[in-house]
Amino acid sequence: MLLQVEGLRKSFGRRVAVDDVSFSIDVGEVVGFLGPNGAGKTTTMRMIAGYLEPDEGTAKIFNIDVAQDRRRAQERVGYLPEGAPLYGEMTPWTFLRFIAEARGMDKDAARHAVTRAAQDARLGEAIERPIETLSKGYRRRVGLAAALVHDPLLLILDEPTDGLDPNQRQAVRDLIRRLGGERGVILSTHSLEEVEAVCTRAIVIHRGRKVADTSPKALSEQYGGLDAAFRTLTGGEEGL
Amino acid sequence: MNPQVKNQIKSLAAVYRRELLAYLTTPLAYVFVAVFLIAIGTFTFQVGAFFDQGRADLSSFFAFHPWLFMVFLPAIAMRLWSDEARSGAIEILMTLPAPTWALVLGKFFAAWTVAAIALALTTPLWITVNFLGDPDNAAIFVGYFASLLMAGAYIAIGAALSALTATQVVAFVLAVLVSFVLTALGLPLVLNFMKGLIGGGTAEALANLSILLHFDAAQRGVIDLRSVYYFVSLMALALAGATLAVDSRRGG
Repeated sequence: MLLQVEGLRKSFGRRVAVDDVSFSIDVGEVVGFLGPNGAGKTTTMRMIAGYLEPDEGTAKIFNIDVAQDRRRAQERVGYLPEGAPLYGEMTPWTFLRFIAEARGMDKDAARHAVTRAAQDARLGEAIERPIETLSKGYRRRVGLAAALVHDPLLLILDEPTDGLDPNQRQAVRDLIRRLGGERGVILSTHSLEEVEAVCTRAIVIHRGRKVADTSPKALSEQYGGLDAAFRTLTGGEEGL
Repeated sequence: MNPQVKNQIKSLAAVYRRELLAYLTTPLAYVFVAVFLIAIGTFTFQVGAFFDQGRADLSSFFAFHPWLFMVFLPAIAMRLWSDEARSGAIEILMTLPAPTWALVLGKFFAAWTVAAIALALTTPLWITVNFLGDPDNAAIFVGYFASLLMAGAYIAIGAALSALTATQVVAFVLAVLVSFVLTALGLPLVLNFMKGLIGGGTAEALANLSILLHFDAAQRGVIDLRSVYYFVSLMALALAGATLAVDSRRGG
């Protein structure tokens, strides 16, 4: 099993952000995390990526517990944080080199890895330009390339298409579909058509709890459309 | 070398290079180094009356280092962690398979390098003194060495406070405050006041923790191993604090 999440729980102060979430993912699956803002999607992803420690429960990547053996687990995960934060003054090339070398690669290996990741993320000419001068779509690709540098088997993408225009969104989706074939992917999104277009499975999260875990098709059939499913499962509520 | 340790050193080195590049590609560091050089020149020649002393040494130059450092070095260090927290890039760093101390040290050494460059740019003064007279160059070397160590201590303090807040200005003000207290503990004025307040023994003990006291002897060319030990301990303590502060983010 690529990823096994069991009874994950996390609270901030008195607010419970993630409440007893369990699921598992195999190679070849592209799992869409659905839920209103504040439902606990980002917190769950941060715990799997080893940025936050869970209060209870475990996330295991190839049976390596992220909380117990964080660095060994992180070697196997590529993570795109929400909003894809980057260092604007760097070029994608120097930024990706930094990521590769910080991950322990020596110079030659880093150069190869960066070239491959830049190709996979279709960075093209953008690779030599300062990141702060790039369009949102290209910045997102840089973030994706950074998640791909070490060729991880598990990709965690927090809102990879958020804030992009339809063309950029389509390009990033094509990328994810292509990358998903030989990896496992978790992505969070607000766009239900995106779930239909790229995900093999949908997990709906509401108030920190998992309320559905099935194929987008089954979800859509059961509730008469994904839109209806989303609204029914999350009570039509606006998250905090 | 143990491959795991080797990877940790590689992470440290990568963070160091990136951070130094960030300093050298943004105007901030240049502005601060330039202003520092102007300030140290002004203090040495105007306030310290370098030429009127009629002595070929740099004591009127070194004397102002603690006071200038405690304002300028927090300005160099303030962005180290607050900026990452504000932009969210801290998530990139903390999801690297690297130990937190390696990230903290990489950033610290980069800021320290900027301080070392600023210090190195004051060497024309040293050349001038050698033209004017026959100074004790060994003493001057000791002064520079102690000044560099002291700079490391101020930067480590700045780095630790930068890890506590996502606002650079808050990090700066806190670092100047802590640096000032640590420096001024050794001033005769403060020392006498403290003696009246908490008794001679305790005041003397506290004064032993003062940056000024440990720099005082060194700037005259006398290096005391205890002072080296003091500055290194201060750095280690502040950087351990920074590591804890950064790591505490994982707890939420």
